[in-house]
Amino acid sequence: MSEPLQPVIVGAGPAGIRAAERLVRSGLRPIVLDEGQRAGGQIYRRPLIDDGRSYRSRYGSGAGKAQRLHQAFEALLPAIDYRPETLVWNISAPERGNQLDILSSGVHRQIGFSQLILCTGATDRVLPFPGWTTPGVYTLGASQTALKAQGCTIGDRVAFMGSGPLLYLVAWQYMKAGARVEAVLDTAPLASKRHLLSLAAHAPRIVALGLFYGLQLQFAGVKVRHGVRPEAVLGKGKVEGLRYRRRTLKGERVETVTCDALAYGFALRPETQLADLAGCRFRFDERDRVWLPERDALGRTSRTDVYVAGDGSGIAGADAAEISGELAAVAMLQDQGNVSTDVARLLASREAILRERDILERAFPFPVDWFETVPDETTLCRCEEISVAEARRAMTAGSITEINRLKALSRVGMGRCQGRMCSAAATELLSGACGVPTGEVGRLRAQAPVKPIPLGFGGGELEARS
Amino acid sequence: MSMHAQFRRRYRLDETPVPFSLNGVAETGRRGDTVLTAILSVSGRLRQSEFTGEDRAGFCLIGACQDCYVMMADGRRIRACSTALQPGMAFITGRGATAEAAHE
Repeated sequence: MSEPLQPVIVGAGPAGIRAAERLVRSGLRPIVLDEGQRAGGQIYRRPLIDDGRSYRSRYGSGAGKAQRLHQAFEALLPAIDYRPETLVWNISAPERGNQLDILSSGVHRQIGFSQLILCTGATDRVLPFPGWTTPGVYTLGASQTALKAQGCTIGDRVAFMGSGPLLYLVAWQYMKAGARVEAVLDTAPLASKRHLLSLAAHAPRIVALGLFYGLQLQFAGVKVRHGVRPEAVLGKGKVEGLRYRRRTLKGERVETVTCDALAYGFALRPETQLADLAGCRFRFDERDRVWLPERDALGRTSRTDVYVAGDGSGIAGADAAEISGELAAVAMLQDQGNVSTDVARLLASREAILRERDILERAFPFPVDWFETVPDETTLCRCEEISVAEARRAMTAGSITEINRLKALSRVGMGRCQGRMCSAAATELLSGACGVPTGEVGRLRAQAPVKPIPLGFGGGELEARS
Repeated sequence: MSMHAQFRRRYRLDETPVPFSLNGVAETGRRGDTVLTAILSVSGRLRQSEFTGEDRAGFCLIGACQDCYVMMADGRRIRACSTALQPGMAFITGRGATAEAAHE
Protein backbone atom coordinates (compact mmCIF):
# COMPACT_ATOMS: atom_id res chain seq x y z
CA MET A 1 0.00 0.00 0.00
CA SER A 2 2.73 2.44 0.88
CA GLU A 3 4.92 2.27 -2.21
CA PRO A 4 6.75 5.54 -2.68
CA LEU A 5 4.98 7.82 -5.13
CA GLN A 6 6.55 8.22 -8.57
CA PRO A 7 6.60 11.25 -10.84
CA VAL A 8 3.92 11.02 -13.51
CA ILE A 9 4.15 12.42 -17.04
CA VAL A 10 0.91 12.86 -18.95
CA GLY A 11 1.42 12.61 -22.69
CA ALA A 12 4.00 10.80 -24.80
CA GLY A 13 4.58 13.33 -27.54
CA PRO A 14 7.79 15.33 -28.08
CA ALA A 15 7.54 17.05 -24.66
CA GLY A 16 6.56 13.98 -22.65
CA ILE A 17 9.24 11.77 -24.16
CA ARG A 18 12.03 14.29 -23.56
CA ALA A 19 10.80 14.91 -20.00
CA ALA A 20 10.84 11.16 -19.30
CA GLU A 21 14.29 10.83 -20.81
CA ARG A 22 15.68 13.55 -18.54
CA LEU A 23 14.15 12.01 -15.41
CA VAL A 24 15.49 8.57 -16.31
CA ARG A 25 18.96 10.04 -16.74
CA SER A 26 18.77 11.13 -13.11
CA GLY A 27 17.81 7.65 -11.94
CA LEU A 28 14.05 8.12 -11.66
CA ARG A 29 11.42 5.78 -13.06
CA PRO A 30 8.50 7.98 -14.16
CA ILE A 31 5.05 6.70 -15.01
CA VAL A 32 4.17 7.85 -18.54
CA LEU A 33 0.44 7.94 -19.27
CA ASP A 34 -0.65 8.45 -22.86
CA GLU A 35 -4.00 8.31 -24.62
CA GLY A 36 -2.38 7.15 -27.85
CA GLN A 37 -1.83 3.54 -28.85
CA ARG A 38 1.80 4.32 -29.63
CA ALA A 39 4.12 7.06 -28.40
CA GLY A 40 5.02 10.02 -30.60
CA GLY A 41 2.16 12.42 -29.96
CA GLN A 42 0.17 13.87 -32.82
CA ILE A 43 2.93 15.38 -34.93
CA TYR A 44 5.06 12.24 -34.86
CA ARG A 45 2.07 9.95 -34.65
CA ARG A 46 2.70 6.38 -35.68
CA PRO A 47 0.36 4.05 -37.53
CA LEU A 48 -1.24 1.13 -35.68
CA ILE A 49 0.83 -1.27 -37.76
CA ASP A 50 3.77 -0.71 -40.05
CA ASP A 51 2.58 0.04 -43.58
CA GLY A 52 5.85 -0.08 -45.43
CA ARG A 53 6.21 3.70 -45.76
CA SER A 54 9.52 5.33 -44.93
CA TYR A 55 9.94 8.05 -42.31
CA ARG A 56 10.53 10.46 -45.17
CA SER A 57 7.24 9.52 -46.79
CA ARG A 58 5.30 9.79 -43.54
CA TYR A 59 6.87 12.80 -41.80
CA GLY A 60 8.42 14.73 -44.67
CA SER A 61 11.01 17.26 -43.56
CA GLY A 62 10.42 16.17 -39.94
CA ALA A 63 11.50 12.58 -40.70
CA GLY A 64 14.83 12.80 -38.88
CA LYS A 65 13.28 14.33 -35.77
CA ALA A 66 10.45 11.80 -35.76
CA GLN A 67 12.84 8.90 -36.03
CA ARG A 68 15.14 10.22 -33.31
CA LEU A 69 12.21 10.77 -30.97
CA HIS A 70 10.73 7.31 -31.59
CA GLN A 71 14.15 5.72 -31.07
CA ALA A 72 14.68 7.69 -27.87
CA PHE A 73 11.37 6.40 -26.61
CA GLU A 74 12.12 2.76 -27.49
CA ALA A 75 15.37 3.07 -25.58
CA LEU A 76 13.49 4.44 -22.55
CA LEU A 77 10.93 1.65 -22.36
CA PRO A 78 12.80 -0.61 -19.90
CA ALA A 79 13.35 2.37 -17.59
CA ILE A 80 9.84 3.83 -17.41
CA ASP A 81 6.36 2.64 -16.46
CA TYR A 82 4.64 3.31 -19.80
CA ARG A 83 0.87 3.02 -20.02
CA PRO A 84 -0.53 3.64 -23.49
CA GLU A 85 -4.26 3.99 -24.25
CA THR A 86 -4.74 5.55 -20.84
CA LEU A 87 -6.97 8.57 -20.32
CA VAL A 88 -6.35 10.86 -17.36
CA TRP A 89 -9.80 12.28 -16.74
CA ASN A 90 -9.41 14.02 -13.41
CA ILE A 91 -6.82 15.40 -11.03
CA SER A 92 -7.66 15.88 -7.41
CA ALA A 93 -7.37 19.35 -5.97
CA PRO A 94 -4.14 19.89 -3.99
CA GLU A 95 -5.90 19.71 -0.62
CA ARG A 96 -7.26 16.26 -1.50
CA GLY A 97 -3.90 14.67 -2.18
CA ASN A 98 -1.99 13.87 -5.34
CA GLN A 99 -4.38 11.59 -7.18
CA LEU A 100 -5.16 11.06 -10.84
CA ASP A 101 -8.28 9.32 -12.05
CA ILE A 102 -7.35 7.18 -15.02
CA LEU A 103 -9.16 4.91 -17.41
CA SER A 104 -7.33 2.15 -19.22
CA SER A 105 -8.84 -0.80 -21.14
CA GLY A 106 -12.22 0.04 -19.65
CA VAL A 107 -10.91 -0.11 -16.07
CA HIS A 108 -11.03 2.90 -13.74
CA ARG A 109 -8.24 3.45 -11.27
CA GLN A 110 -6.68 6.10 -9.10
CA ILE A 111 -2.95 6.53 -9.02
CA GLY A 112 -0.84 8.83 -6.92
CA PHE A 113 1.99 11.04 -8.09
CA SER A 114 4.94 12.65 -6.40
CA GLN A 115 5.15 15.29 -9.11
CA LEU A 116 3.23 15.75 -12.30
CA ILE A 117 4.51 16.92 -15.68
CA LEU A 118 1.63 17.75 -18.02
CA CYS A 119 2.51 17.39 -21.71
CA THR A 120 -1.03 17.34 -23.03
CA GLY A 121 -0.44 18.88 -26.46
CA ALA A 122 -2.94 20.69 -28.61
CA THR A 123 -5.84 20.31 -31.02
CA ASP A 124 -6.77 22.27 -34.12
CA ARG A 125 -8.26 25.69 -33.49
CA VAL A 126 -11.47 25.89 -35.49
CA LEU A 127 -14.21 28.43 -36.09
CA PRO A 128 -17.77 27.73 -37.23
CA PHE A 129 -19.25 28.56 -40.62
CA PRO A 130 -22.33 27.31 -42.47
CA GLY A 131 -21.97 23.60 -43.15
CA TRP A 132 -18.95 22.86 -40.94
CA THR A 133 -20.72 19.82 -39.45
CA THR A 134 -21.27 18.24 -42.89
CA PRO A 135 -19.67 14.79 -43.30
CA GLY A 136 -16.46 15.34 -45.25
CA VAL A 137 -15.44 18.53 -43.42
CA TYR A 138 -12.44 17.86 -41.18
CA THR A 139 -9.83 19.83 -39.33
CA LEU A 140 -6.50 20.39 -41.07
CA GLY A 141 -4.81 18.26 -38.44
CA ALA A 142 -7.37 15.52 -39.04
CA SER A 143 -6.62 15.49 -42.76
CA GLN A 144 -2.95 15.04 -41.96
CA THR A 145 -3.61 12.37 -39.34
CA ALA A 146 -5.72 10.37 -41.80
CA LEU A 147 -2.81 10.29 -44.22
CA LYS A 148 0.04 9.91 -41.73
CA ALA A 149 -1.44 7.30 -39.42
CA GLN A 150 -4.01 5.54 -41.61
CA GLY A 151 -2.70 6.00 -45.15
CA CYS A 152 -6.01 7.52 -46.30
CA THR A 153 -7.03 10.85 -47.73
CA ILE A 154 -10.26 12.41 -46.46
CA GLY A 155 -11.65 12.45 -50.01
CA ASP A 156 -10.64 12.29 -53.65
CA ARG A 157 -10.98 15.97 -54.48
CA VAL A 158 -9.97 17.98 -51.45
CA ALA A 159 -9.99 21.70 -50.68
CA PHE A 160 -7.91 23.21 -47.88
CA MET A 161 -8.78 26.38 -46.00
CA GLY A 162 -7.53 28.39 -43.06
CA SER A 163 -4.44 30.08 -41.75
CA GLY A 164 -1.12 28.60 -40.74
CA PRO A 165 1.89 26.87 -42.25
CA LEU A 166 0.07 23.53 -41.98
CA LEU A 167 -2.36 24.69 -44.67
CA TYR A 168 0.26 24.53 -47.42
CA LEU A 169 2.11 21.56 -45.99
CA VAL A 170 -0.93 19.25 -45.84
CA ALA A 171 -2.16 20.35 -49.25
CA TRP A 172 1.24 19.45 -50.66
CA GLN A 173 1.27 16.11 -48.84
CA TYR A 174 -2.17 15.31 -50.26
CA MET A 175 -0.99 16.14 -53.75
CA LYS A 176 1.98 13.81 -53.31
CA ALA A 177 -0.30 11.04 -52.01
CA GLY A 178 -2.35 11.19 -55.19
CA ALA A 179 -5.38 13.23 -54.09
CA ARG A 180 -6.66 16.03 -56.28
CA VAL A 181 -6.08 19.28 -54.42
CA GLU A 182 -8.88 21.52 -55.67
CA ALA A 183 -7.88 24.69 -53.84
CA VAL A 184 -5.77 26.18 -51.08
CA LEU A 185 -7.84 28.97 -49.54
CA ASP A 186 -5.80 31.13 -47.22
CA THR A 187 -7.97 33.26 -44.94
CA ALA A 188 -5.12 35.72 -44.44
CA PRO A 189 -4.52 38.51 -46.95
CA LEU A 190 -1.59 38.01 -49.29
CA ALA A 191 0.03 41.09 -47.76
CA SER A 192 0.50 39.25 -44.45
CA LYS A 193 3.04 36.99 -46.15
CA ARG A 194 5.50 39.91 -46.34
CA HIS A 195 6.41 39.00 -42.75
CA LEU A 196 8.02 35.86 -44.11
CA LEU A 197 10.77 38.11 -45.46
CA SER A 198 11.87 38.96 -41.95
CA LEU A 199 11.55 35.31 -40.97
CA ALA A 200 13.94 34.35 -43.77
CA ALA A 201 16.78 36.02 -41.86
CA HIS A 202 16.13 33.95 -38.70
CA ALA A 203 14.90 30.69 -40.15
CA PRO A 204 15.72 30.39 -43.85
CA ARG A 205 14.85 26.68 -43.88
CA ILE A 206 11.26 27.26 -42.76
CA VAL A 207 10.73 29.95 -45.38
CA ALA A 208 12.40 27.90 -48.11
CA LEU A 209 10.19 24.92 -47.31
CA GLY A 210 7.06 27.07 -47.30
CA LEU A 211 7.98 28.57 -50.65
CA PHE A 212 8.72 25.12 -52.01
CA TYR A 213 5.28 23.80 -51.02
CA GLY A 214 3.47 26.89 -52.25
CA LEU A 215 5.27 26.96 -55.60
CA GLN A 216 4.90 23.23 -56.22
CA LEU A 217 1.17 23.55 -55.61
CA GLN A 218 0.93 26.49 -58.00
CA PHE A 219 3.00 24.77 -60.67
CA ALA A 220 0.68 21.78 -60.40
CA GLY A 221 -2.17 24.12 -61.23
CA VAL A 222 -3.71 24.21 -57.77
CA LYS A 223 -5.88 27.26 -57.17
CA VAL A 224 -4.28 29.27 -54.33
CA ARG A 225 -6.36 32.16 -53.00
CA HIS A 226 -5.84 34.71 -50.24
CA GLY A 227 -8.15 36.84 -48.11
CA VAL A 228 -10.80 34.12 -48.16
CA ARG A 229 -13.92 33.86 -45.98
CA PRO A 230 -16.17 30.81 -46.40
CA GLU A 231 -19.85 31.37 -47.17
CA ALA A 232 -21.14 27.81 -47.06
CA VAL A 233 -20.36 24.18 -47.63
CA LEU A 234 -22.32 23.03 -50.67
CA GLY A 235 -24.13 19.71 -50.52
CA LYS A 236 -26.55 18.10 -48.11
CA GLY A 237 -25.30 15.13 -46.12
CA LYS A 238 -21.97 15.22 -47.96
CA VAL A 239 -19.53 17.82 -49.24
CA GLU A 240 -20.00 18.82 -52.86
CA GLY A 241 -18.14 22.08 -52.77
CA LEU A 242 -17.49 25.32 -50.95
CA ARG A 243 -18.71 28.81 -51.73
CA TYR A 244 -16.42 31.56 -50.47
CA ARG A 245 -15.71 35.23 -50.76
CA ARG A 246 -12.32 36.76 -51.26
CA ARG A 247 -10.98 40.24 -51.22
CA THR A 248 -9.28 41.36 -54.41
CA LEU A 249 -7.98 44.72 -55.59
CA LYS A 250 -11.30 45.18 -57.38
CA GLY A 251 -13.37 44.43 -54.30
CA GLU A 252 -15.03 41.27 -53.08
CA ARG A 253 -15.68 38.30 -55.31
CA VAL A 254 -17.79 35.22 -54.64
CA GLU A 255 -16.38 31.99 -56.03
CA THR A 256 -17.05 28.28 -55.61
CA VAL A 257 -14.80 25.27 -55.59
CA THR A 258 -16.05 21.75 -56.29
CA CYS A 259 -14.69 19.16 -53.87
CA ASP A 260 -15.77 16.07 -51.94
CA ALA A 261 -13.88 16.94 -48.77
CA LEU A 262 -12.69 20.07 -46.99
CA ALA A 263 -9.95 20.41 -44.39
CA TYR A 264 -9.64 23.65 -42.44
CA GLY A 265 -8.18 25.15 -39.31
CA PHE A 266 -6.48 28.17 -37.77
CA ALA A 267 -3.32 26.92 -36.11
CA LEU A 268 -3.66 25.17 -32.76
CA ARG A 269 -5.25 25.56 -29.35
CA PRO A 270 -3.58 24.13 -26.25
CA GLU A 271 -5.10 21.34 -24.16
CA THR A 272 -5.14 22.84 -20.67
CA GLN A 273 -8.01 21.07 -18.91
CA LEU A 274 -5.81 18.96 -16.64
CA ALA A 275 -3.75 21.94 -15.50
CA ASP A 276 -7.03 23.67 -14.72
CA LEU A 277 -8.36 20.71 -12.70
CA ALA A 278 -5.01 20.58 -10.88
CA GLY A 279 -5.76 24.10 -9.68
CA CYS A 280 -2.98 25.86 -11.60
CA ARG A 281 -3.33 29.62 -12.03
CA PHE A 282 -3.94 30.83 -15.58
CA ARG A 283 -3.08 33.96 -17.54
CA PHE A 284 -4.41 35.28 -20.83
CA ASP A 285 -2.04 35.14 -23.79
CA GLU A 286 -2.69 38.08 -26.10
CA ARG A 287 -0.97 36.66 -29.16
CA ASP A 288 -2.75 33.30 -29.16
CA ARG A 289 -5.99 34.74 -27.70
CA VAL A 290 -6.16 31.92 -25.18
CA TRP A 291 -5.75 31.23 -21.45
CA LEU A 292 -2.59 29.37 -20.50
CA PRO A 293 -1.30 27.95 -17.23
CA GLU A 294 1.04 30.43 -15.59
CA ARG A 295 4.56 29.06 -15.77
CA ASP A 296 8.13 30.13 -15.31
CA ALA A 297 10.78 29.70 -18.01
CA LEU A 298 11.30 26.06 -17.04
CA GLY A 299 7.64 25.07 -16.75
CA ARG A 300 6.87 25.44 -13.04
CA THR A 301 3.21 26.26 -12.47
CA SER A 302 1.56 27.95 -9.48
CA ARG A 303 1.13 24.49 -7.95
CA THR A 304 4.51 23.37 -6.61
CA ASP A 305 4.23 19.72 -7.68
CA VAL A 306 2.82 20.35 -11.17
CA TYR A 307 4.88 21.28 -14.26
CA VAL A 308 3.78 21.96 -17.83
CA ALA A 309 5.58 21.53 -21.15
CA GLY A 310 4.94 21.37 -24.87
CA ASP A 311 2.06 22.89 -26.81
CA GLY A 312 -0.28 22.32 -23.85
CA SER A 313 1.65 25.05 -22.05
CA GLY A 314 1.48 27.45 -25.02
CA ILE A 315 1.67 26.77 -28.75
CA ALA A 316 5.29 26.74 -29.88
CA GLY A 317 5.61 23.63 -32.06
CA ALA A 318 7.34 20.28 -31.77
CA ASP A 319 10.96 21.49 -31.60
CA ALA A 320 10.14 23.81 -28.70
CA ALA A 321 8.12 21.01 -27.10
CA GLU A 322 11.15 18.73 -26.99
CA ILE A 323 13.11 21.49 -25.27
CA SER A 324 10.37 22.45 -22.83
CA GLY A 325 9.84 18.79 -21.89
CA GLU A 326 13.47 18.52 -20.90
CA LEU A 327 13.30 21.87 -19.10
CA ALA A 328 10.26 20.83 -17.05
CA ALA A 329 12.08 17.68 -15.98
CA VAL A 330 15.11 19.75 -15.01
CA ALA A 331 12.87 22.09 -13.00
CA MET A 332 11.41 19.12 -11.16
CA LEU A 333 14.85 17.73 -10.40
CA GLN A 334 16.09 21.15 -9.27
CA ASP A 335 13.13 21.48 -6.93
CA GLN A 336 14.09 18.16 -5.38
CA GLY A 337 17.56 19.61 -4.90
CA ASN A 338 19.37 16.89 -6.81
CA VAL A 339 20.50 18.50 -10.01
CA SER A 340 22.44 21.48 -11.10
CA THR A 341 22.09 21.61 -14.85
CA ASP A 342 23.05 24.55 -16.98
CA VAL A 343 19.92 25.27 -18.98
CA ALA A 344 21.15 28.42 -20.71
CA ARG A 345 21.68 26.66 -24.03
CA LEU A 346 18.22 25.06 -23.97
CA LEU A 347 16.59 28.35 -23.06
CA ALA A 348 18.40 30.15 -25.87
CA SER A 349 17.32 27.57 -28.47
CA ARG A 350 13.73 27.84 -27.36
CA GLU A 351 13.90 31.62 -27.35
CA ALA A 352 14.97 31.54 -31.01
CA ILE A 353 12.03 29.27 -31.88
CA LEU A 354 9.59 31.54 -30.02
CA ARG A 355 10.84 34.54 -32.01
CA GLU A 356 10.12 32.60 -35.21
CA ARG A 357 6.64 31.77 -33.93
CA ASP A 358 5.91 35.45 -33.43
CA ILE A 359 6.73 36.15 -37.05
CA LEU A 360 4.79 33.11 -38.31
CA GLU A 361 1.80 34.34 -36.34
CA ARG A 362 1.90 37.60 -38.28
CA ALA A 363 2.30 35.82 -41.61
CA PHE A 364 -0.60 33.48 -40.82
CA PRO A 365 -2.89 35.61 -38.65
CA PHE A 366 -6.03 34.48 -36.88
CA PRO A 367 -9.17 35.85 -38.63
CA VAL A 368 -10.27 38.24 -35.89
CA ASP A 369 -13.25 39.53 -37.87
CA TRP A 370 -14.73 36.06 -38.39
CA PHE A 371 -18.06 36.63 -36.67
CA GLU A 372 -18.79 39.81 -38.57
CA THR A 373 -19.96 37.64 -41.48
CA VAL A 374 -21.10 34.36 -39.92
CA PRO A 375 -24.87 34.04 -40.38
CA ASP A 376 -27.05 33.60 -37.30
CA GLU A 377 -28.30 30.12 -38.23
CA THR A 378 -24.74 28.70 -38.23
CA THR A 379 -24.11 25.92 -35.74
CA LEU A 380 -21.80 27.21 -33.01
CA CYS A 381 -21.58 24.12 -30.81
CA ARG A 382 -21.44 20.93 -32.85
CA CYS A 383 -22.03 18.63 -29.85
CA GLU A 384 -25.28 20.16 -28.61
CA GLU A 385 -26.11 21.78 -31.96
CA ILE A 386 -26.59 25.28 -30.67
CA SER A 387 -26.69 28.03 -33.25
CA VAL A 388 -24.93 31.37 -33.22
CA ALA A 389 -28.39 32.95 -32.94
CA GLU A 390 -29.29 30.93 -29.83
CA ALA A 391 -26.02 31.90 -28.19
CA ARG A 392 -26.57 35.55 -29.11
CA ARG A 393 -30.12 35.42 -27.71
CA ALA A 394 -28.82 33.97 -24.45
CA MET A 395 -26.22 36.74 -24.27
CA THR A 396 -28.80 39.45 -24.72
CA ALA A 397 -31.49 37.91 -22.51
CA GLY A 398 -29.08 37.28 -19.66
CA SER A 399 -26.89 40.35 -20.19
CA ILE A 400 -24.03 37.87 -20.26
CA THR A 401 -20.45 39.13 -20.19
CA GLU A 402 -18.69 36.00 -18.95
CA ILE A 403 -18.04 32.74 -20.81
CA ASN A 404 -19.05 30.27 -18.05
CA ARG A 405 -22.32 32.13 -17.64
CA LEU A 406 -22.87 31.75 -21.39
CA LYS A 407 -22.19 28.02 -21.03
CA ALA A 408 -24.68 27.69 -18.18
CA LEU A 409 -27.46 29.53 -19.99
CA SER A 410 -26.91 28.37 -23.58
CA ARG A 411 -25.14 25.00 -23.10
CA VAL A 412 -22.36 26.11 -25.47
CA GLY A 413 -19.22 24.29 -24.31
CA MET A 414 -21.18 21.78 -22.26
CA GLY A 415 -21.24 18.93 -24.76
CA ARG A 416 -19.05 15.90 -25.22
CA CYS A 417 -16.05 17.84 -26.50
CA GLN A 418 -16.04 20.04 -23.39
CA GLY A 419 -15.62 23.16 -25.46
CA ARG A 420 -12.55 21.96 -27.37
CA MET A 421 -14.22 22.68 -30.71
CA CYS A 422 -16.27 25.76 -29.77
CA SER A 423 -14.53 27.62 -26.96
CA ALA A 424 -12.36 29.75 -29.26
CA ALA A 425 -15.47 30.66 -31.26
CA ALA A 426 -17.69 31.29 -28.25
CA THR A 427 -15.02 33.51 -26.72
CA GLU A 428 -14.65 35.57 -29.88
CA LEU A 429 -18.42 35.81 -30.30
CA LEU A 430 -19.03 36.91 -26.72
CA SER A 431 -16.20 39.42 -26.60
CA GLY A 432 -17.40 40.82 -29.93
CA ALA A 433 -20.96 41.15 -28.63
CA CYS A 434 -19.76 42.83 -25.43
CA GLY A 435 -17.29 45.03 -27.29
CA VAL A 436 -14.44 44.03 -25.00
CA PRO A 437 -11.06 42.39 -25.67
CA THR A 438 -11.08 38.56 -25.91
CA GLY A 439 -9.28 38.21 -22.60
CA GLU A 440 -12.03 39.98 -20.68
CA VAL A 441 -14.86 37.47 -21.01
CA GLY A 442 -13.19 34.94 -18.75
CA ARG A 443 -11.98 31.40 -19.14
CA LEU A 444 -14.10 28.33 -19.76
CA ARG A 445 -13.49 26.22 -16.65
CA ALA A 446 -12.57 22.56 -17.11
CA GLN A 447 -14.88 19.90 -15.73
CA ALA A 448 -14.09 16.28 -14.90
CA PRO A 449 -14.24 14.01 -16.75
CA VAL A 450 -12.28 15.95 -19.34
CA LYS A 451 -13.50 13.43 -21.92
CA PRO A 452 -16.57 11.18 -21.87
CA ILE A 453 -15.91 7.96 -19.99
CA PRO A 454 -18.03 4.81 -19.79
CA LEU A 455 -19.53 4.25 -16.35
CA GLY A 456 -19.51 0.51 -16.80
CA PHE A 457 -23.22 0.02 -16.34
CA GLY A 458 -26.26 0.44 -18.53
CA GLY A 459 -24.05 1.31 -21.48
CA GLY A 460 -24.33 4.94 -20.44
CA GLU A 461 -21.66 7.56 -20.26
CA LEU A 462 -20.68 9.98 -17.60
CA GLU A 463 -20.62 13.42 -19.09
CA ALA A 464 -20.00 16.67 -17.32
CA ARG A 465 -23.21 18.64 -17.10
CA SER A 466 -22.50 21.51 -14.83
CA MET B 1 -27.48 8.80 -49.14
CA SER B 2 -24.36 7.61 -47.43
CA MET B 3 -23.47 4.89 -49.91
CA HIS B 4 -20.45 6.83 -51.15
CA ALA B 5 -17.17 6.21 -49.38
CA GLN B 6 -15.78 9.36 -47.78
CA PHE B 7 -12.17 8.23 -47.36
CA ARG B 8 -9.84 7.02 -50.06
CA ARG B 9 -7.14 4.49 -49.19
CA ARG B 10 -3.67 5.33 -50.48
CA TYR B 11 -1.47 2.84 -48.60
CA ARG B 12 -1.88 -0.59 -46.96
CA LEU B 13 -4.00 -1.63 -49.93
CA ASP B 14 -2.78 -5.24 -49.82
CA GLU B 15 -2.99 -5.57 -46.04
CA THR B 16 -4.85 -8.51 -44.51
CA PRO B 17 -8.64 -8.03 -44.83
CA VAL B 18 -10.62 -7.68 -41.59
CA PRO B 19 -14.33 -8.53 -41.79
CA PHE B 20 -16.89 -6.38 -39.99
CA SER B 21 -20.55 -5.60 -40.35
CA LEU B 22 -22.16 -2.24 -41.02
CA ASN B 23 -25.92 -1.99 -40.46
CA GLY B 24 -26.13 -5.75 -40.95
CA VAL B 25 -24.16 -5.77 -44.20
CA ALA B 26 -20.84 -7.64 -44.42
CA GLU B 27 -17.93 -5.28 -45.15
CA THR B 28 -14.15 -5.55 -45.16
CA GLY B 29 -11.55 -3.33 -43.57
CA ARG B 30 -7.79 -3.78 -43.41
CA ARG B 31 -5.43 -4.79 -40.64
CA GLY B 32 -4.21 -1.57 -39.03
CA ASP B 33 -7.49 0.29 -39.58
CA THR B 34 -9.21 2.33 -36.94
CA VAL B 35 -12.97 1.81 -36.83
CA LEU B 36 -13.33 5.25 -38.41
CA THR B 37 -11.11 4.36 -41.38
CA ALA B 38 -12.87 1.02 -41.90
CA ILE B 39 -16.36 2.54 -41.93
CA LEU B 40 -15.54 5.68 -43.94
CA SER B 41 -13.72 3.62 -46.56
CA VAL B 42 -17.07 2.04 -47.45
CA SER B 43 -19.59 4.66 -46.29
CA GLY B 44 -20.13 8.35 -45.77
CA ARG B 45 -21.28 8.51 -42.16
CA LEU B 46 -20.55 7.24 -38.67
CA ARG B 47 -23.75 8.26 -36.91
CA GLN B 48 -26.70 10.59 -37.09
CA SER B 49 -27.13 13.52 -34.77
CA GLU B 50 -29.53 12.90 -31.89
CA PHE B 51 -30.90 16.42 -32.29
CA THR B 52 -31.25 17.05 -36.03
CA GLY B 53 -30.74 13.56 -37.46
CA GLU B 54 -28.02 14.89 -39.74
CA ASP B 55 -25.21 12.58 -40.74
CA ARG B 56 -21.84 12.95 -39.04
CA ALA B 57 -18.51 11.50 -40.09
CA GLY B 58 -16.00 12.66 -37.48
CA PHE B 59 -14.00 15.87 -37.40
CA CYS B 60 -10.69 15.98 -35.49
CA LEU B 61 -9.54 12.33 -35.75
CA ILE B 62 -7.41 12.65 -32.59
CA GLY B 63 -9.94 11.89 -29.87
CA ALA B 64 -10.73 15.49 -28.95
CA CYS B 65 -14.02 16.42 -30.62
CA GLN B 66 -16.05 13.28 -29.79
CA ASP B 67 -17.88 13.66 -33.10
CA CYS B 68 -17.04 10.13 -34.28
CA TYR B 69 -18.70 7.93 -31.73
CA VAL B 70 -20.33 4.89 -33.23
CA MET B 71 -22.95 2.52 -31.84
CA MET B 72 -22.03 -1.13 -31.85
CA ALA B 73 -24.70 -3.78 -32.32
CA ASP B 74 -24.21 -4.83 -28.69
CA GLY B 75 -25.18 -1.34 -27.50
CA ARG B 76 -21.69 -0.11 -26.64
CA ARG B 77 -20.66 3.28 -27.91
CA ILE B 78 -17.07 3.66 -29.07
CA ARG B 79 -14.91 6.51 -30.32
CA ALA B 80 -14.20 5.40 -33.88
CA CYS B 81 -11.02 7.43 -34.49
CA SER B 82 -9.14 5.89 -31.58
CA THR B 83 -10.47 2.33 -31.59
CA ALA B 84 -8.67 -0.34 -33.59
CA LEU B 85 -10.85 -2.44 -35.89
CA GLN B 86 -11.24 -6.04 -34.70
CA PRO B 87 -12.59 -8.90 -36.82
CA GLY B 88 -16.33 -9.42 -36.38
CA MET B 89 -17.15 -5.98 -35.00
CA ALA B 90 -20.71 -4.92 -35.84
CA PHE B 91 -21.69 -1.25 -36.19
CA ILE B 92 -25.00 0.52 -36.59
CA THR B 93 -24.82 4.00 -38.06
CA GLY B 94 -28.51 4.59 -38.89
CA ARG B 95 -31.35 6.34 -37.09
CA GLY B 96 -32.20 3.33 -34.90
CA ALA B 97 -28.88 3.64 -33.14
CA THR B 98 -29.44 7.33 -32.57
CA ALA B 99 -32.87 6.87 -31.00
CA GLU B 100 -31.44 4.27 -28.66
CA ALA B 101 -28.55 6.49 -27.65
CA ALA B 102 -30.87 9.40 -26.96
CA HIS B 103 -32.84 7.32 -24.47
CA GLU B 104 -29.84 6.31 -22.43
